[in-house]
Amino acid sequence: MQKKNVVIIGNGISGITAARFIRKFSDHRITVISEESDHFYSRTALMYIYMGHMTYENTKPYEDWFWKKNRIELVRGYVTKVDTEKKGLMLTGGDIVYYDVLILATGSKSRKFGWPGQDLRGVQGLYNLQDLELMEENTQGINRAVIVGGGLIGIEMAEMLHSRHIPVTFLVRESGYWTNILSTEEGLMISRHIREHHIDLRLETELKEILPDETGRVRAIITNKDEEIACQFVGLTTGVMPNIEFLRDSGVEVGRGVMINNYFETNVPDVYAIGDCGQFREPRSGHPPIEQLWYTGRMHGETVARTICGERAAYDRGVWFNSAKFLHIEYQTYGFVASRPQDGEESLYWEHPDGHHAVRINYRASDGVVIGSNFFGIRHNQAVWERWLRERRTIDYVLEHLGAANFDPEFYTQFERAVVKQYNERYWGRKVMLKRKRGVRSRLLELVGTE
Amino acid sequence: MSLNRTYPSIQIAGDPTVSMSSTEKLGAGLSGLGFLFLLVAGFTGQTNPILFLILSLGLLSLGGVIFSIERYQKQHAPGVDNNGVMFSPSTRRSFFTWNLAILITGFYVLLYWFPGTLEGLIRTVDPLSYTLRGKAADQWFLYGTFYTVAVLVMGFRAILKYRHNRYQIIRTISVMFFQLFLAFLIPALLIMLQQPEFYFSYFWPLKYDYFFPGTLNSLEQAGGWGVFMVRWAVVIAFIGVPVLTYFFGKRWYCSWVCGCGGLAETAGDQWRQLSDKSMKAWKVERWMIHSVLVFIVATTALLWINADSGNMILREASNGFNKTYGFLIGMAFSGVIGVGFYPIMGSRVWCRFGCPQAAILGIIQKYFSRFRITTNSSQCISCGNCSTYCEMGIDVRAYAQRGQNIIRASCVGCGICANVCPRGVLSLENGPTKGRYNEPVLVPESEIMMPRRGDAKNEEWRERAFSQE
Repeated sequence: MQKKNVVIIGNGISGITAARFIRKFSDHRITVISEESDHFYSRTALMYIYMGHMTYENTKPYEDWFWKKNRIELVRGYVTKVDTEKKGLMLTGGDIVYYDVLILATGSKSRKFGWPGQDLRGVQGLYNLQDLELMEENTQGINRAVIVGGGLIGIEMAEMLHSRHIPVTFLVRESGYWTNILSTEEGLMISRHIREHHIDLRLETELKEILPDETGRVRAIITNKDEEIACQFVGLTTGVMPNIEFLRDSGVEVGRGVMINNYFETNVPDVYAIGDCGQFREPRSGHPPIEQLWYTGRMHGETVARTICGERAAYDRGVWFNSAKFLHIEYQTYGFVASRPQDGEESLYWEHPDGHHAVRINYRASDGVVIGSNFFGIRHNQAVWERWLRERRTIDYVLEHLGAANFDPEFYTQFERAVVKQYNERYWGRKVMLKRKRGVRSRLLELVGTE
Repeated sequence: MSLNRTYPSIQIAGDPTVSMSSTEKLGAGLSGLGFLFLLVAGFTGQTNPILFLILSLGLLSLGGVIFSIERYQKQHAPGVDNNGVMFSPSTRRSFFTWNLAILITGFYVLLYWFPGTLEGLIRTVDPLSYTLRGKAADQWFLYGTFYTVAVLVMGFRAILKYRHNRYQIIRTISVMFFQLFLAFLIPALLIMLQQPEFYFSYFWPLKYDYFFPGTLNSLEQAGGWGVFMVRWAVVIAFIGVPVLTYFFGKRWYCSWVCGCGGLAETAGDQWRQLSDKSMKAWKVERWMIHSVLVFIVATTALLWINADSGNMILREASNGFNKTYGFLIGMAFSGVIGVGFYPIMGSRVWCRFGCPQAAILGIIQKYFSRFRITTNSSQCISCGNCSTYCEMGIDVRAYAQRGQNIIRASCVGCGICANVCPRGVLSLENGPTKGRYNEPVLVPESEIMMPRRGDAKNEEWRERAFSQE
């Protein structure tokens, strides 16, 4: 294989996974450029730095010697211009880096909606290390914070502030937390959990305006209900968008993100885009055109590495899955669970009276084939669920074998029996029996068919 | 946007997470007062030991209990609570923890080599010693009392802190039980009954002299219970250890029964994050712990050869080995460094770098056991909570992010990695040995970092594989 000069912009999970796999498959020269940090760290752990669970050092998945040993060159700098004709990048300060192959993995930046006062001091989003540093500064000695936007970053920010005993008001546009994704029951359960932590959750409430004090710092916000809430910090967590301004005039076609096909190829030869800065021209039905998950970033990186190393590989997202944690309630989802029941779908929902555990399994009414599941406060095994969904198992089969997917720690109460009972009660005369308990043996039987 | 390169070094102040409520201050204050009385007792001859015992250990314990209830039960809903661990001067390496380390280390030095200086303290526990053992206290009874109180009070704290996790609750009750009964009350009772003092929860080679010819002979000669003790020592070391480790991994001992583990999991829990996670530390660990194992096996063998020859050959050599091991490992390493360095190097310094029992259990765990920590395929987000809170310094994340099972000789199965994981990726399990060393789910075989079973040069091989990633 001819040795190429591969340059990757962005050292997040997508860019770094690409670099690691290119090194594995080839002897190409690899350079990773990042403005954000000297080394790869886990963005998902930003909240834990603020909460004091970890230091920045703890969030690095590889020790610092790793990069040199694997001949991955790290450059700290910001790319201001991409010249696809000369195949060169200009960095701030005027340095030029040439490439044979360019991978754009620049991730996202916080999205703002043009609210009055959104650029005041004390108002910010949370995406990168610099945001975290700013948040540290912005939240010193404050009496109240307001968070706008009921998504994953919003609840993380609420938990972060809560850990420092800073009172939080949390504005959510929908009638329950994250109910554009979660069904009503789950959204309400998580809403109750948020309030258990004495976070002032305001549902169906939007931000109208942010008001400054005489120094240009936020002093209050006004909601769409014209209520004024005094605060010294506003977290804007209404989503992120691809971080791609530096590509203007580069000839690389952009929409909301960098336009790519299923091989992560842009319109310009030898320029690829991966992770959440890319936008698929033809997303698979039911899949979003921009994938902003850790897991997808990792898959993008590996797939593009294969293509660059001579084995052109199309992206295969596989069975959808994701996970999150809402304060103390862990969440996992497999397959597709729409927030509102779709035509021809049935939904089994079980919730523990304590409001900290819930199971939802959606299936087709016609033949009982399971299409997706949500778990709250109960851990399940991804491999088992992937197999069930791929093999189109029916609801009866899944319930009978539900224990095999249980991944909770030992001695935990198992709720499968209660879930099955609820199902049997719904359908007169249905007698599904739970056949599998949790454990390695069960899981192996499910996954390999033998022990 | 500012290019701040100094982020890693900025001081996150985080004062609110560190500040204490008035009840927490009350608890801390009572403990401080108890400690003061302990010092007073140490410096003065005791006219009223019972009063001083209540004022010192009693107040210390009461303060700890009050603090724990307020901090964990009242202020925090059940769930992972490591807020402020990296900020608080009591849980990160700080002026405070360095001083604490010196204090504990100093206490061990006095205990082992200058017990006379502890006379005042020893007399304070006389009433307890007479009640339990029917005789006056000595420095070891004092030590045992301190140790047991620490395990019980801090065990109470651990139960509250981890009350959302039934595995942690049961495991903590287990170490508290074994410390209180098998390592404290039963040995005391044996003395009361004029039987040999014997610790059923410690075996060779951790309790290294339990296989020395001298110990076994004197137990045999004591007759009755002594004979049972000899049989126990042999059966547990040769049959109990391998069989139980095959079924449950080394955790059945290291984080459920052992007193050293018990102290680490209770009093040492707050410092677990201080263990070194680097590849270098792992290398040092493997050299050290296996050297200690070789050392004690050689010492024991020499003593037996000498005894069998009627004390004719190797007498000097075997005694020399015995004395050196006792001084270097038995006292300096397991005691002084093992506990004294808790606030600096984490709670498992001895267990990780020195304990020959852990070395044997680890070899069995690695090659002949049903235990493993299973990872949940692709769910890992590489956050690093698991590695950060691993007291044994295992880089759990390195495995988890590849979807690879974690089977490491050093893993004591405390279960904290699974507890702190925010995505439900890790699960401690016993199960069929087939496929225990699984292929990494997320990466091709060429990237397999971990050795196959039985690969003799596996560790070097691992590093090569890692470097060529």
